[in-house]
Amino acid sequence: MPRPGITDIGTPKLGTPKADPTRWTGFEAAAAIIGELRGLQGALLPMLHALQDEFGYVPVEAEPMLADALNLSRAEVHGVISFYHEFRREPAGRHVLRLCRAEACQAAGGRAVADALLGRLQLDWGQRSGDGLLTVEPVYCLGLCACAPAAMLDGEPLGRITSHSLEQSLTECGT
Amino acid sequence: MTRLYLPRDAAALALGAERVAEAVQRESGARGLPVELVRTGSRGMVWLEPLLEVDTPEGRIGYGPVTAADVSSLFEAGFLSGGEHALRVGQPEALPWLAAQTRLTFRRCGLIDPLDIDAYRAGGGFAGLERAIAMGPVGIVDQVKLSGLRGRGGAGFPTGIKWNTVRLAPAGQRYVVCNADEGDSGTFADRMLMEGDPLTLIEGMTIAALAVGATRGFIYCRSEYPHAIRTLRAAIERATRAGWLGADLRGSGHEFTIEVRVGAGAYICGEETSLLESLEGRRGTVRAKPPLPALRGLFGQPTVVNNVISFASVPFILAEGGEAYAAFGAGRSLGTLTVQLGGNVKRGGLLEVPFGTSLRHVVEELGGGTATGRPIRAVQVGGPLGAYFPVSLLDTPLDYEAFAALKGLLGHGGIVVFDDSVDLAAQARFAFEFCANESCGKCTPCRIGSVRGVEVIDRIVAGERAEKNLDLLGELCSLMTDASLCAMGGLTPVPVMSALTHFPEDFDQNSRRLPAAAE
Repeated sequence: MPRPGITDIGTPKLGTPKADPTRWTGFEAAAAIIGELRGLQGALLPMLHALQDEFGYVPVEAEPMLADALNLSRAEVHGVISFYHEFRREPAGRHVLRLCRAEACQAAGGRAVADALLGRLQLDWGQRSGDGLLTVEPVYCLGLCACAPAAMLDGEPLGRITSHSLEQSLTECGT
Repeated sequence: MTRLYLPRDAAALALGAERVAEAVQRESGARGLPVELVRTGSRGMVWLEPLLEVDTPEGRIGYGPVTAADVSSLFEAGFLSGGEHALRVGQPEALPWLAAQTRLTFRRCGLIDPLDIDAYRAGGGFAGLERAIAMGPVGIVDQVKLSGLRGRGGAGFPTGIKWNTVRLAPAGQRYVVCNADEGDSGTFADRMLMEGDPLTLIEGMTIAALAVGATRGFIYCRSEYPHAIRTLRAAIERATRAGWLGADLRGSGHEFTIEVRVGAGAYICGEETSLLESLEGRRGTVRAKPPLPALRGLFGQPTVVNNVISFASVPFILAEGGEAYAAFGAGRSLGTLTVQLGGNVKRGGLLEVPFGTSLRHVVEELGGGTATGRPIRAVQVGGPLGAYFPVSLLDTPLDYEAFAALKGLLGHGGIVVFDDSVDLAAQARFAFEFCANESCGKCTPCRIGSVRGVEVIDRIVAGERAEKNLDLLGELCSLMTDASLCAMGGLTPVPVMSALTHFPEDFDQNSRRLPAAAE
């Protein structure tokens, strides 16, 4: 049986998109977020979270703005963004499903549920579906190990998921 | 009006608690039977969630696990006065699961509205902080030392000694940082406490701040816990409004504020120095120790870094005295351990028991064996860096030293149960994969050793010069153990070597069981 590659368990790091200042309309919103959080000690992570909450990802156009506000080099900002699995570089689907892939969910059959879903949707981890409705992301523990396998759909926890219950939840939210 | 209790804990929500709440409100309205629905944390019996409780003259009576479809029949059965129903479990405290426990840290969790300051006080809350204010820094540290409390995050370092180091370190600013980056699979005690009794954590951190002279605190909570983050922020706001946090807490002249910061999906940020880097706004790269964070921590200042459960254990210690806490447990593992039972288990959840309880008692008697009904083959204790133990080691008592003697670790107290369909070579490979994926990259043994580990296991399983590669695996593991900068690389060999030691047949191409058992 062929074994998956070593990077199989990670979120695929998509290449950083090129900045295109002529088309980006988020400057004002980003500047407001950065301005508001500037006074915090260690402000970069709170800013990145706020940007991702606003845009659904951390736009590459915001990198020089962050660097400027925090007196960092752009490379330092980029290095922080790329270190953390959670910061997306491209928009996610309208709905985000996070499936737990850690040991407790493995023990409870989580792998089969994940494989079935990704197979049906013909999606890879972290990839957005063609219709833009869904992104399935891997997560390593949601703290729902006593009702494994677990998932989180748009921030709402789901326990003891099966292929059937997961499809039902996805249908209910309109994907 | 009848008072009902229903958890808002994420695990209860994952099992449909919100729909149950809606159904209860709907039915009570339709039937003209007004109820007051108090949303609590979870009692830890996840197997009974959603657990709906009703106040009766005989105490609370529980019904569970309740689905929204059951609610109508519960009203029919007269559950508002404790009526008979198939889901009735009687008084929850009388259930073997709860009766077997010693709840000190979690004594209020699941009983009260987590944001109700009055209920918190009525349940004994803030008594520890009041005593701490009167006692002063030396008195607080003495009580914590006396309690024998050791860091519950996994490392088991004596908390009192850590606090004293910070207290005595010369500094302009000191910090108290709570490590709520509970990344270990199989653990959820931090989450449950933050959602179910966050004021206990706030009280514990405030006591730490008084002990060391800190004015600022941070809770670094993982982003995978959105419910805990919301509850914590609301609790901090209420505690501040009630004067338990702020510029002059309870008129004592002491200042302490707490801010919640959110992680971003990096397992390594549960390592304390990596966490501090992340809090400062950088990549979560591990720092070399020394200097210890107690001397040079957040922003270069002396910092107490403790796990959620460590802080949450402190209010009891201060309220009842260090000796009262030390009366539980045995040897050098004193007090209580919060065990989290998950994975393929019939009755999963959280248990607070004195150190020394046997693994078998927890897994077989309280947990009831596997959920699939198949025989247990392995349990992993202590998260992704913990050992896989076979059934023959289930009589091991849960304490730090007993696990260390068997080349395992208690870690944060998570136990994950696997049935006989598990392939331990695959689990060992996963341990390396996880390390490769989550390594911060600073030290070579972890960054490269983990990648090499995957390759070596693949060769062994494929039967490629198996003997030589097994030797190589052993060498690689001892190198990672000895030369890694932190526990990530240093402990990844624990699950690997335990799998190899206790389940060698899974690594042998000739005896490898086909995944037939999985059906």
